[in-house]
Amino acid sequence: MLTREKAGEIFDRIRKCSTADEVEAYFYGGRSALTRFANNVIHQNVAEENYGTSVRTVFGGRTARASTNKLDDESLQRVVRASEDLAKVQHPDPDLLPMPTNGGMSSGPVPRRHFAETAAITPEDRAEGVGKIVRVANHHKLTTAGIFSSAESVEGIFNSRGLSDWHTQTSAEISVTMLAKDSSGWQKGNSPDARNLDPLALAETAARKAIESAIPRELPAGKHTVILEPAAVLDIVGFMFWDFAGQAILDERSFLNNRIGTQLFGQNVNIWDDVAHPLQSGSPYDGEGMRRQRVHLVENGVVRRVVYARGTAEKMKKSEHAAKVGPIEPTGHGFLLPNEMGEMPVNIVFGEPKNPQTVEQMIESTERGVLVTRLWYIREVEPYEKILTGMTRDGTFLIENGEVQGGVRNFRFNESLIHMLSNVEAMGTLARASGEESFDMVVPAMKVKEFNFTEVTKF
Amino acid sequence: MKDIADWALNVAAQRGASFADARIVDERSRSLATKNGKIGHASDAESLGIGIRVIADGAWGFAASDDLSQAAVETTAARAFAIAKASARVKQENVRLAPEKPVTAAWATPCQIDPFAISIEQNLDLLLKIDADLRSVAGVTLAETSMNFRREEQWYASSEAARIHQTKYSAGAGYAAYVFAGTEIMKRSYPNSFGGQWQNKGYELIHELKLQENARRVAEEAVALHKAEQCPEGVFTIILDSSQLGLQIHESVGHPIELDRVLGMEANFAGTSFLTLDKLRTLRYGSDLVNVVADARQEHGPGLGTFGFDDEGVPAQCTPIITNGLFTGYLSSRETAHTIGADRSGGTLRAEGWNRLPMIRMTNISILPGEKPLTLEQLIADTDHGIYLETNKSWSIDDKRYNFQFGCEIGWEIKKGKRARMLKNPSYSGITTEFWNSMDAICSRDQWTLWGTPNCGKGQPQQVMGTGHGAAPARFRGIKVGSAYRGN
Repeated sequence: MLTREKAGEIFDRIRKCSTADEVEAYFYGGRSALTRFANNVIHQNVAEENYGTSVRTVFGGRTARASTNKLDDESLQRVVRASEDLAKVQHPDPDLLPMPTNGGMSSGPVPRRHFAETAAITPEDRAEGVGKIVRVANHHKLTTAGIFSSAESVEGIFNSRGLSDWHTQTSAEISVTMLAKDSSGWQKGNSPDARNLDPLALAETAARKAIESAIPRELPAGKHTVILEPAAVLDIVGFMFWDFAGQAILDERSFLNNRIGTQLFGQNVNIWDDVAHPLQSGSPYDGEGMRRQRVHLVENGVVRRVVYARGTAEKMKKSEHAAKVGPIEPTGHGFLLPNEMGEMPVNIVFGEPKNPQTVEQMIESTERGVLVTRLWYIREVEPYEKILTGMTRDGTFLIENGEVQGGVRNFRFNESLIHMLSNVEAMGTLARASGEESFDMVVPAMKVKEFNFTEVTKF
Repeated sequence: MKDIADWALNVAAQRGASFADARIVDERSRSLATKNGKIGHASDAESLGIGIRVIADGAWGFAASDDLSQAAVETTAARAFAIAKASARVKQENVRLAPEKPVTAAWATPCQIDPFAISIEQNLDLLLKIDADLRSVAGVTLAETSMNFRREEQWYASSEAARIHQTKYSAGAGYAAYVFAGTEIMKRSYPNSFGGQWQNKGYELIHELKLQENARRVAEEAVALHKAEQCPEGVFTIILDSSQLGLQIHESVGHPIELDRVLGMEANFAGTSFLTLDKLRTLRYGSDLVNVVADARQEHGPGLGTFGFDDEGVPAQCTPIITNGLFTGYLSSRETAHTIGADRSGGTLRAEGWNRLPMIRMTNISILPGEKPLTLEQLIADTDHGIYLETNKSWSIDDKRYNFQFGCEIGWEIKKGKRARMLKNPSYSGITTEFWNSMDAICSRDQWTLWGTPNCGKGQPQQVMGTGHGAAPARFRGIKVGSAYRGN
């Protein structure tokens, strides 16, 4: 593995061959492996090791970046020169700030996210886990497909004004689809610590969903009460967090323009960005090395704050939007510079509901509704009302009189996130959830009234 | 590079692998962007490494490394072998590869102007001029431009003695104008949305796109959309511009014909396909006018799916996918060819980079133009009442590729053969085979464009790939319009 010490030596070599006013090097890489299975066999099985550096140079308000995974002297000289060549030809940007001298104070300690047991997982270990999942499929006469992955990664930043930071992490992920003749079920879990993942439990739940959704009936599209399991919640709400950014407000591409401080969602909705949460993952600093702050984005349904990179905060203070966006401070959420998007909250944690309900309790209190395991192919239809479209997938059920009555054909939805988060009738306890459309989050299951299904597909 | 590949193949052979291949890939890319008169980003990137595939005990293993020293390459090959042995613990049948005559060959993208030889100043100057033109239109609140270039040099070697050297160039450029007013954000893009137009070409593509010439028109349309009426909901005749039809092909033809999807290999992520094997040469996919090919050959054009050989050494081919409306072909690989009774791969296996396993990917999936001369304006003149939709804004389709919904940036009502009022937020939806069977006209070759989709995601770990889609404007009858906005 690339170590902090080795990266520091490489940064010294980078500095020596640069003529820029300021230099920053971001290091990335690690070892990763993924065992993929389908039709009850392992059909793809891969491993990778790769390390690189991305060098940013600054000449009087002009900045650019170049990256390489070749860390010999000649390649480092070339990458520095490429970065400098890109920077020198630009017009100076008066808004570009000097590089930070330190990352500032963090909101709190970040839990350990590197586990030797996860880093040591072998292809044989993953095959054994897959074998357990296949045995569940065979037992239920189902076909299974999915992944078991493990990784150990490093990420570090150094700049010529003295800032340096380093983060190591492990991760493991298991995703299981169970397929029957006319139905399917799905479960997924991931964690920095593989011991938190139970392939058997994930497989059994996916199998149960496939079996119970067999012979799906067709329900008419329309507005239905839905119970969204945590993975479905994260995949749909994830589309709005690009807009919780100061730069998005400045660019007038955010649905929060002219809405910060208003009651946008239901009073039961609270959302934080909190890298230190025990169920979260990721590095505790941003693309400039600034420590990520804990930010209360939504308080009782009112959007109170958005996040800021250093430069965005300065621009916002001088802008016409300054009086209507709440507190303006750098929050440690910037992307690597230079970039167009500014910043984004990436460690989303919903507020713990006052009276959490299990999914089973939500079902019991539902006269008629739809239970949704997973959403798929979500895209933005309308940016200001935040209407999103997408499909249900891998376990969609009719609920009647407080009980699951069986599977239904999958729906297409066209739903405004503003509308959805204003109609949350119940929430579950918080869970680390992982989907395919958005980044991992800590979210509850949600019961939502009047969710807008507009079409039904053929299965 | 030959020595490096041989180090890998020798270790695989010594350990007892029945097959091995190695790809050494050296990539270079440049990405430039502006936003509201400033540099958005300016970056170069390079990446070099080796990816090694091995079959041992009848199962696959793959390992990749950025370290090309002999010791590291041999360790990586040994790792691939060990992974294959682990794969064999959970298998039913041995992997079968369709035979392919090994060749020693070289191929390169025809590239008239090396994009990396063009000065950065010249590129930024063009983007900033376009940016200024966009913002010169009153009402524009955000202008974005971008330009991207990529060069990929690959050395492929297999235990069957194939030795192939390929160099591919690609270029892409485009821009968008946004207008925020009241409670709406409107957007217009050129030449296409989500990054513009992309092809396997050199800098000559930038000259051909007439970028600056169209900037003010595009910005003016973004402003005008705020005064346009909402696209009505109902069942209409629609005409799609060629870029939107290209994406329609990508989603509702290109993905469902991927044989790995059909066989369930993508069931956990990208999904499966309604095109089960019994549908080959029996399913009426579209109307008689629908003819689609998967063509990776240079003579098809400079698409993002054009190459000399795929990433397991199979030469580029043209496969008829839909022939006069009948479903006639899948995208296949050496491993999957036997499942459709083919004695040879269709040559579609590609990887995002050296560190990714090659998998079945779209090449250039193109609808062939109509044989009789027909321009877009003539097609509109031939349409009594309908809606013309241009430039994609949103796209979504279910995991078997039946139900789709697309939104476009702009539409126009067609009344008595003429473009009438502008419409905002046009969208349409349907079921794949019903949609293609409703096509009753397609414009001719002079209206046909080979579009590039640079961002096709598939696989675990996910790989992003460029695909090509040739299309001409076409007309469809009885299409559901506007349900994306129903109930909101």
